[in-house]
Formats: sequence, structure tokens, C-alpha cells
Amino acid sequence: MNYMNILKVAYNALKRNKMRSALTMLGIVIGVGSIIAMTGVGAGAQQEIDNQTAAFGTNMITIRPGGVTAGGIRIRSLTELSASDGDAILRDCDLVTAQTPVIRVVTSVTTSERNWGSQIYGVNTSFTTVRNWGLKYGSMFTDQDYRSGNKMCVLGSTVASNLFGPYDPTGEIVRIQNIPFRIAGVLESKGQLASGQDQDDMIIIPYTTFQKRIIGNQDIDYIYVSVRTSQDMAAAIQEIRQIIRTAHRIPDYGDDDFQIKTQDQVNEIAKSISKTVSLLMIIVASISLVVGGIGIMNIMLVSVTERTREIGIRMAIGATEQDILLQFLVEAIVLSLMGGLIGLTLGIITGQMVETFTSWSVSISASSIFISMGFAAAIGIFFGFYPARKAASLNPIEALRYE
Amino acid sequence: MSMQTELHTGIETRLDGSALISAKNLKKTYRMGDVDVHALRGVSLDIRSGEFVAIMGASGSGKSTFMNILGCLDAPSSGEYFLDGISVAHMTKKEQARIRSRKIGFVFQGFNLLSRTSALENVELPLLYQGLASNRRRELALEALHAVGLDKRFDHKPNELSGGQQQRVAIARALATHPSMILADEPTGNLDSKTSIEIMAIFQKLNSKGITIILVTHENDIAQYGLRNVVFRDGRIIKDFMVETRLNPEEEMKRVLATSIVDNA
Repeated sequence: MNYMNILKVAYNALKRNKMRSALTMLGIVIGVGSIIAMTGVGAGAQQEIDNQTAAFGTNMITIRPGGVTAGGIRIRSLTELSASDGDAILRDCDLVTAQTPVIRVVTSVTTSERNWGSQIYGVNTSFTTVRNWGLKYGSMFTDQDYRSGNKMCVLGSTVASNLFGPYDPTGEIVRIQNIPFRIAGVLESKGQLASGQDQDDMIIIPYTTFQKRIIGNQDIDYIYVSVRTSQDMAAAIQEIRQIIRTAHRIPDYGDDDFQIKTQDQVNEIAKSISKTVSLLMIIVASISLVVGGIGIMNIMLVSVTERTREIGIRMAIGATEQDILLQFLVEAIVLSLMGGLIGLTLGIITGQMVETFTSWSVSISASSIFISMGFAAAIGIFFGFYPARKAASLNPIEALRYE
Repeated sequence: MSMQTELHTGIETRLDGSALISAKNLKKTYRMGDVDVHALRGVSLDIRSGEFVAIMGASGSGKSTFMNILGCLDAPSSGEYFLDGISVAHMTKKEQARIRSRKIGFVFQGFNLLSRTSALENVELPLLYQGLASNRRRELALEALHAVGLDKRFDHKPNELSGGQQQRVAIARALATHPSMILADEPTGNLDSKTSIEIMAIFQKLNSKGITIILVTHENDIAQYGLRNVVFRDGRIIKDFMVETRLNPEEEMKRVLATSIVDNA
């Protein structure tokens, strides 16, 4: 019997029990569908993190104050970074093209009509360069503003739209902790980070103004540094380390009292977390695929018993054991592949819906399609073999007598 | 052996034909628990091409076991069986399946058609296992359905056909591959007497065209449609004789109709 005929026989047998075939497929449908959707969401998250690395800032390095450790345990952060550390880096390291100190506080911002809780960042004018961030309206505050500690600010787009709606608020006044600031401009929208944090929900002001008016000391929280090219990153990190150690007068045997992190490192962590989560989901989906396979085996066993007489007839009129084996095996494979195809379609639709209704991006790769379909076929063969073997080994005389 | 073979003139001609089936001292022993059941205790039988043999006997006489061995569905415990000169008694299952496919057509008591499958597809089924192309299958199947007078109902499913029609489809299925012989196991067992006569008329007609027919029955009058009767008892052949007054289906039909008129009156 040729393969086309075997397929036709299998298809007809499955068509005869439509409801049963559909229910049997369901396990495979759900398994393949969720694997497709999960890998899609997982790959989308990875891609999103990569995009954000580029968007967050080009070749950016973050320097944070480090804790002093005793016996391996961080006891407290003694030393602080200062704005002069950033100046020293820019002056002494040729690989660095720009730097800005950053001070941060969460507070509320008010206009005469509305208020909005947001983050205030104290930075210098290089912030837009370092973070690779353009302006939607107006302009950045000037060097003069931060030298003099002027009360100027630039709004993130979320803050601007919450306080002023869709209008250009340049020149208006907002009050930060009751201090009036004039709006110099509004930043372009950057959207959310992988963590769900809205990057646009912030206001930047000159760090000098921040130190003078809001916290009343010279501390800064961290320093952003922009390096010339990505190839220079490693060398730049070494040089920056030496510059800060010298500035902080750390002896040769002393530990660093600061941390240097690249955005890549931060994103590696985010990526490995998202990888772990999607791997876990894929494992759960695979279990449902295996359960689906057991469902197929179960139904195929029922079907073999039910069709014992048919098997006897087929054998009597000339079917070989191999013909019968193939007939039932192909039936199981058709069942699992059809389930796989439906699952694939549903998985893609689910992915599209996730993309439409959430802020996640979904990327379904050809390899995940091939792998899950291959997996479905393998399950059909694996779980279909035993029932098919059982059918093929029936004794035709007894099978013909079966009621 | 093809349908065209001219072997319908008389017994003498038939006996000149080659031995289609040659069973030599067939024995079959089943083990049921601790007891050995001797289903066949040494059966030897020759059947020539073109014969119409009725195998008779009570249940437990061994006739079904003998039939299964003739049909290559079962192997004897000992003895030899030649079909068309080939020793088939101790073949592998695959070789047996091949012999069944090429040389034997089965007709069963319970018709054994695939339900929800049209008459034509049922008749095509053995041709499918021979690996024939679909247009050739259709051609041969239609030819076989024509031979049993059912060519107009080829697209009906078994549940849309009467018992007699279903049995005719089964006969067509057995015929379609042009087998060396047709093995019929109680083919009229599920049919009323009128339909039984119709089926026996078909067997006689096929036999007159030269097809070898071996029929298992426990009904004496059904056996009278054949040319030769072989009677089994306790795993042995106790009688083997030519039928002297063969029943004619047309006359039998008239008789049955007359009786039913009397019954109704």
C-alpha cells in the first residue's frame, strides 16, 4: 500500500470520530500552542532588552558608590561619589566623551491645577548626550543654568502629558517641593524598561540646583559616563577605576569603594532572568505536550480494541502486519501533527494578541516552529507505536471472531 | 487461476485439472490450560482447480480449523499443505499475508464489510493491499460488483444494503483480486432461505465460469448446491463424495415461493 493511501485511510478513520479526534488533539494543540507563544514572548523579551541597551545610552558606563565590606558582608556605604569624580574622569580619560552626575529623589510635582508624583533627577547638560535622548519641545537647560544653580527643569514626556496634556509647556512653571521651576523643554518619549519602569516618568534639573535646593549637601547618587566606541569599553573601565581610586586616595591594597557597571552587564542579568522564566514556561508547556501524547496513546488503544474486527478483515484480505502497523502509526502521527498545526496557529494568534494588548513584544522564530512541529511528530510516533504494534500483532482468526 | 478458464463441463474434466489444494496429514493441536485439544487428527485432501466443494460437519468437528489453515490464517501443528504447488503450511506471517492477498478470497458468515465505507471501497480494499493504482482498482472492483449483479449500488454503504446485498458485496470483494479460490465460511448462515438461494445461485454461476469454491456449512441442503461434499467429524474426514442430485437454484426458488404462498393462504 502506498503512502498516499495510508494517509487517506488514516484521515478517513479520524474523520469518522470527529469529536473524539478533536479532543485527543487538544493536548497537543495546547502543548504546541503554549510552546510557540512562550518562546515567542521569551525571544521578544530578549530582543526588547537588546533594543533598550541601545536606547538607554550608547556605550554607557554607570559608576555607583560601593559599600565597605567587612568579612565579606557589606556593612554600609561610607564614601560617596562627588561631581568632581566625574569631572576628573572626563579630564583624564581620553576614551570618555561625556559624563553626568545623577542625583535622584522621588517627590511630587505640582502646577496650579494638577499634581503628579515623579522622580527628579539632578544632572548636567551632558545628560541628553550620555543617555542618547532628544528633545520634543524647547531645549535642554544651559551650562549657565547649572553653574548658577538656576531653577530650570526639563520634563519627561509622561510628566508633561500628565500635568499639561498634549500642549507644549515650555516656559510654564512647575513646583517641585514647593520650589518653582521654569520648564526649559520636554524630552522625547523612550517608553518602558523591561522591568516595566516608565523611563519618561521623570524630571531633570541641574544637579547643582538639586544639591542646593532639595537635598542640601554635595552628594551624588551615581555617574553616567559615555565611552567613545564599544571596543573601548574594557580599557575605559580600567582607566576610570584608576582615576577614581586616585581621587579617593585608596591605597594599593584597598578595595574599591565604588562599582563600575556597563549597561550590558545590567542587561545580561535581565536577560538571564527572562531566559529562566521562559525556560520554566516552556518546560510546563512540554509537560502538557507529553500528557497530550499519553492521551493519543490512550485513544489509539481504545480505537485498536474497537476496530479489532476491522483489523481481522483487513488481515484476511491481504494486509500484512506492516500495513496494519503503519495504518495505526500514521493515524497517531496525523492526529499529533494536525494538533500541532492547530496549536501553531493558535500560538501565533496568542502571540499577536499578547503583542496587541500588552506592552510586551513577541517574536516567533522559524526554528521554534520547526522544533515544536518536530516534537509533535515525535510524540505521535512515540506514543502511537505501542497501540500500532498491538494492532499489528493481533491474530486474524481471533480478531475476526471479536464481537 | 483466472475466471476465463474453461472448466465448467463436468466432473471428469475437473478431475483432469491440476491439484489446487493438496493437504497431507494435517494435524492441529491447541493447548487449553492443561488439556491438549486435537482439532485436526490427520486430514488429507486434494481439491482440483474448478471444483465446488462443501465442507460439512457439526461444530467442533474441525471444519473451521481446516478452513483457517486452507485460508492461510492459521498454521497446522504438523503435516503439509500445498496451494498451487507452493508449500504454505509453515510460511512466515508476511508470506501468508501475501498468499491471502493473491490467491484467496474470503466470504464470511457475518459479511465482515467495513461499515461507513461504500460498497465500491469495500471491494477495492484487497486491491489496495496489492498496491494497485486507483483507476485499476476501480476498474477491477466495478467488474467484480457487476459479476454479482450489484454494479448499480456501488456507492451504497453496508447499512443501506440488505443482508443478501451485503453478502454479494463480500463475494465481489473476494472476487476482485481474481484469486485461485474463494473460501466461504457459512456464507448463508445469517440469511433467510430465499436470499440463501440467491447467494448459492451466484456461487454456482461463478463456479461455472471456472472459479474454485470451497464452502463451509452445516446445512445439508446448502451443501447440495456444490459438486462435492466432504464431511468432518472429530478432526477427521469421515465422508468424501460427489453430489448426485445437485440443487438447482431456480427450482428451489419456485418451491420456496410456492411454500410461502401456501403459508400465507
